[in-house]
Amino acid sequence: MRIVVCIKPTPEGSELAISPETGTLEREKGDLIINPFDLYAVEEAIKIKEKQKEVEITGIAMAPPKGDSALREALALGCDRTILLTDREFAGADTLATSRTLAKAIDKLGFDLVICGMKSTDGDTAQVGPGIAEFLDISHVSWVSSILELGEKMVVKQMLEDCYREVEVGLPCLITVTKEINDPRLPSFKNKLKAKKAEIETWGLENLGLNPQECGLKGSPTRVVKTAHPSYRKEVEFVDEKGFIEELEEWRIL
Amino acid sequence: MVLIVGEERQEKIAPITYDLIGEGKELAEKIEEGVDCAYIGNRKNAGELLHYGLDRVFLLESDEFIEEEGASSLASLIEKIKPTIVLIGATNRGRSLAPRLAVKLETGLTADCTGLEINEKGEFLQIRPAFGGNVMATIVTKTLPKMATVRYKVMDRAHRTDEKSGSIQDVEPVPYNKKKILNLYPIEERGDITEAEIIISGGKGLGKKDGFKLIEEFANVLGGVVGASRKAVDDGWIDYSHQVGLSGRTVKPKLYIACGISGSVQHLAGMQTSEHIVAINENEAAPIFKVADVGILGDLYEIIPRLIDEVEEYRKKMGS
Repeated sequence: MRIVVCIKPTPEGSELAISPETGTLEREKGDLIINPFDLYAVEEAIKIKEKQKEVEITGIAMAPPKGDSALREALALGCDRTILLTDREFAGADTLATSRTLAKAIDKLGFDLVICGMKSTDGDTAQVGPGIAEFLDISHVSWVSSILELGEKMVVKQMLEDCYREVEVGLPCLITVTKEINDPRLPSFKNKLKAKKAEIETWGLENLGLNPQECGLKGSPTRVVKTAHPSYRKEVEFVDEKGFIEELEEWRIL
Repeated sequence: MVLIVGEERQEKIAPITYDLIGEGKELAEKIEEGVDCAYIGNRKNAGELLHYGLDRVFLLESDEFIEEEGASSLASLIEKIKPTIVLIGATNRGRSLAPRLAVKLETGLTADCTGLEINEKGEFLQIRPAFGGNVMATIVTKTLPKMATVRYKVMDRAHRTDEKSGSIQDVEPVPYNKKKILNLYPIEERGDITEAEIIISGGKGLGKKDGFKLIEEFANVLGGVVGASRKAVDDGWIDYSHQVGLSGRTVKPKLYIACGISGSVQHLAGMQTSEHIVAINENEAAPIFKVADVGILGDLYEIIPRLIDEVEEYRKKMGS
C-alpha cells in the first residue's frame, strides 16, 4: 500500500511569529516544524505500516527550501521518503493553488491512501485536504477520529458536531484526521541524527508539469488585502461573590 | 443572487442555516439582489425554509449527507443559476463540502469567516481570524462565485414569519456510489458545547484532573455544560469534545465562566463573542481578563465553592 502524508511546515509558536507593528507573519524568524495536526497523520501512517505488509510512506510538503526541517522530522518519525515541493512560482498560494499543486505531485507519485491533518495551526482553513481529493477525483472523509477497517475498502469513524458516522469508502481515498485518532510518538535520537543527514528530494514547477498561471499567487483567486490585530472589547470589573450574584441577576441568568 | 447552502443534521435543520439566511439577506440587500437557499436534506424541512423570506429553495433530496454527491449536484446548480456569493456553514459538514465545490467551480473559498461586508466599491470583504487568532485578515476573491464558509453564531439569525415566500425547486442529484454511511451515533445534546447557553470551562489552573469534578458541580448548579482549555485536554483531564478554542470548538453562550484559564489567543478566539464572560484567576495580568466583563481574583478552589453556596442561597431566597 502506498500512503502519502501531506505535511505543512508551519512556524513554531504562532504568538512569537507575528510582527506587532504590521500584524503580518515574520516567516524569516524561527524554524519551520510539522504542523502539529499533521503529526497525527504521520503517526496514523506509521501505525498502518506496523500492521500491514508492504506499506510505503511518502511525506510531501509544499514550502520554501527551509521547510526541509519539517520533512526531516517526518523522516525521523518513520516516513520512508519525503518530497519537498519548492519553487518561487509556488509562493503566495491560497488553498486552491495549494491543493492543485499537492494533488499534481501526489498523482505523479501514485498512491492508495492520502492522509492529512484536519487543518493547520497557522492557516486554520481545513480546506486543502478535501481540495486535493477533488483535484484527484477521489473520495475523501474529513474529521476521521478512528480507522476501523483497512483493506480493499476502508471503514472510518467521522466526527461531526452532532454525531459520529461510520463511513465505508473505497480506495484510493483521502482522509483528514483529528487529534483523537492516536498519540503521536516522538522520534528516537538515532533517527533524528540520520534524518539530519538525509538528502531531501525536491520537485519544482517543471517536475510537476504545471503552468505558472496555476500555481502560487498567480493561481490563487483569493487575496489578503488587510491584516489587523483583533480588538478586545472591554474593561474588566473585579468583583467578589456577592458581586458575581448581582451580575448574574442583571444578565438574567439567575 | 446570494446563495446560501442550508444544512441538515439527523433530519433537522441545523441552526447555522438561519445564521446564513440572516447574513445572506444583509449582503443581498447591499448588492440589491435576492437570496436563494440550496438545501441538502428532506422535503419537509425545505418547506419550512419557505418561511424565512427566501426567493427560492433548491432542494437536493437526500437521506444522508455525502460530500461528493453534494458537491457535484451543487456545482451544476451554481453553473445554472450563477450566484455572485455562496455562503456555507463553517461546520464539520460545511468545511468538508465547500472545498470540493470550490475546486469544481475553480473559484476562491475563504474559510471560517467571522465578518462579511460589502465596501463602497462593491467589493465583498471576507474577514477571518488567522495565525491562531493573532490577526484578523480581510480577504477578497477575484473569481465568481465568491465563496465563504461562515462561523456559527457570529451572524444575526433570520427570523421565521408566518407567511411563506418563494417555492421549492428540485435539484437533479448526481449519485455517488464509492462511499456509504454504515452507522450514525448521535452525540448527546447536553454534551454539545456549541449549543450550550451556559459554559463553565476549566484550564491549567485546576492543577489536576480531579479539578473537573468541581467544574462539573458548578456547571450543574448553574444549568450549564463543561468546557475546557486546550492544555486541560492535552493533559488528558477531559475529553476533546469539551475543548474551546481554535483547535476545538467556537462557542457563543449567554454566559462563559473561565476557571483557571489564562487565555491564549487561540482560546480567546473561540469564546470572546460570548454574551457575558466571567474569569476566575489568580493572576491579575492573565489575558483572559482582556475579554472578561467580570473578574474574580484568587484561588479557584476557594472561590468556586463560595460561588456555588451563593447561587444556592439565592435560589432558596427566591423560592426556586
